[in-house]
Amino acid sequence: MKKLINTPEREVDEALAGMAAAHPDLIRVEEPNIIVRKDAPRPGKVGVISGGGSGHEPMHGGFVGLGMLDAACPGAVFTSPVPDQMLAATKAVNGGAGVLHIVKNYTGDIMNFEIAAELAQAEGIEVASVVIADDVAVKDSLYTAGRRGVGGTVLAEKIVGAAAEAGADLKTVTALCQKVQDNVRSMGMALTSCTVPAAGKPTFDISDTEMEIGVGIHGEPGRRREALRPADEIVEMLVTPILEEGIFASGDRVLAFVNGMGGTPLIELYVAYRKVNEILTGRGITIARNLVGSYITSLEMAGLSITLLKLDDELLRFWDAPVKTPALRWGV
Amino acid sequence: MISTGDFSRFLETFAARIHDAKEELTQLDSAIGDADHGINMDRGMTAIMELLPGLPDGDAGTLFKQTGMKLISTVGGASGPLYGTFFLRLGTAFGTATEIGPTELAAGFRAGLEGVIARGKAGLDDKTMVDAMVPAVAALEAGVGDLPAALDAAAIAAAEGRDRVTPFVARKGRASYLGERSAGHQDPGATSTTILFESLRDALRAG
Repeated sequence: MKKLINTPEREVDEALAGMAAAHPDLIRVEEPNIIVRKDAPRPGKVGVISGGGSGHEPMHGGFVGLGMLDAACPGAVFTSPVPDQMLAATKAVNGGAGVLHIVKNYTGDIMNFEIAAELAQAEGIEVASVVIADDVAVKDSLYTAGRRGVGGTVLAEKIVGAAAEAGADLKTVTALCQKVQDNVRSMGMALTSCTVPAAGKPTFDISDTEMEIGVGIHGEPGRRREALRPADEIVEMLVTPILEEGIFASGDRVLAFVNGMGGTPLIELYVAYRKVNEILTGRGITIARNLVGSYITSLEMAGLSITLLKLDDELLRFWDAPVKTPALRWGV
Repeated sequence: MISTGDFSRFLETFAARIHDAKEELTQLDSAIGDADHGINMDRGMTAIMELLPGLPDGDAGTLFKQTGMKLISTVGGASGPLYGTFFLRLGTAFGTATEIGPTELAAGFRAGLEGVIARGKAGLDDKTMVDAMVPAVAALEAGVGDLPAALDAAAIAAAEGRDRVTPFVARKGRASYLGERSAGHQDPGATSTTILFESLRDALRAG
């Protein structure tokens, strides 16, 4: 293993200390390892928090700030945070209007957030939760844990954060988050594995001539392993299942999000975006907004994910609203 | 009768065995999950080892309730809430008793199992820790007349449960994302649960 760390045990703590030092104007880091918007709690504003394992930076801590999250709870690398963190974050951002938990659909995340929500409610804080489950690579059936929460989470956090900033109440913010979930779908692929620092070796073996289609954001295996193909064919393989969901039709406006998994350079993401644009244009779908870059990563894994969100005027307005966080900034 | 000291030894044994199996558990989890089960369980049980000396000699209920709360606060992932809930329910069932007989032991483990099922919503054959725990708890209940034999039967039943579902397709947890590809892989959660029942047998036998 070759990593720019001191020790695996200290990695998350040291990264949080670094974030606090880099962005004192936006965030503060508090015990037990939570990243809180500097001016939280804001009286009368719905608090919006999220959390999950570390290793997906900039998600979620990089999205704390004006117009997005009020707090983020990072767990150990690829391990969901503990309820103490979500409880502390919920209390830290509660301005009296309730708190929304945006939870990615993983068994551990669901259970830890659930325990935290029960504890917060017992302390008299109104808590609502929305589960993001947008990964079309996973079969959604009664016989699985359901679809994973991936790229759609970033878009939900931006849009919902903007609505909360504008003064929407908890019920409205929760319904909006569910609306994003209902209209967003993603799929990813990997060229290489990632190495969890504490494990010390790559999560999976993959040769120079292979790729993993339908990979998750933890190096967990995907739908299938196959021979490496040119970028255009890979993009086709990811976009086609998303379009087959029946959400997107000719005449629709979408937000297209081409996301790097951590080890893929921007130049390759633009090669992919070019093809996404070509496919959607060919189907009569307009890309009204886009996001290209590495925003929800899987440590140093090479690969990408593609996320499409069907837009209406409301979603468009909140996407365009000002945001000022360590990782996303516009309109401010 | 089983004393609180015996149960402390059980937790120490479990912690040591988890530490020894850390690599193996993580390896199993790499194949079908996210490669953190051994690391997480070891972090949790290391915290329990630090907790034990500070606990006053008292009842078994307090011991296991403290253990459960500590696991929920330190482990994260799915195993933190699941093992944490298991020990919390076990502690609640034991209450203020300082001596536990075979019937109370079986009832406590039944309560723990029900907590795991309520929290994780997994059932038999979903290929999770439940598949090791269900037959092990049944063995404890069937053997209340002969504790050493029941502990042995529980450890064997857990291992059999673990192995029985290895060919299955996982239906809960992160392994379920693999669909058919999960078949043939030994489940990491059922493996750590087997270690729990083996630790119980060996710690109580040593006493």
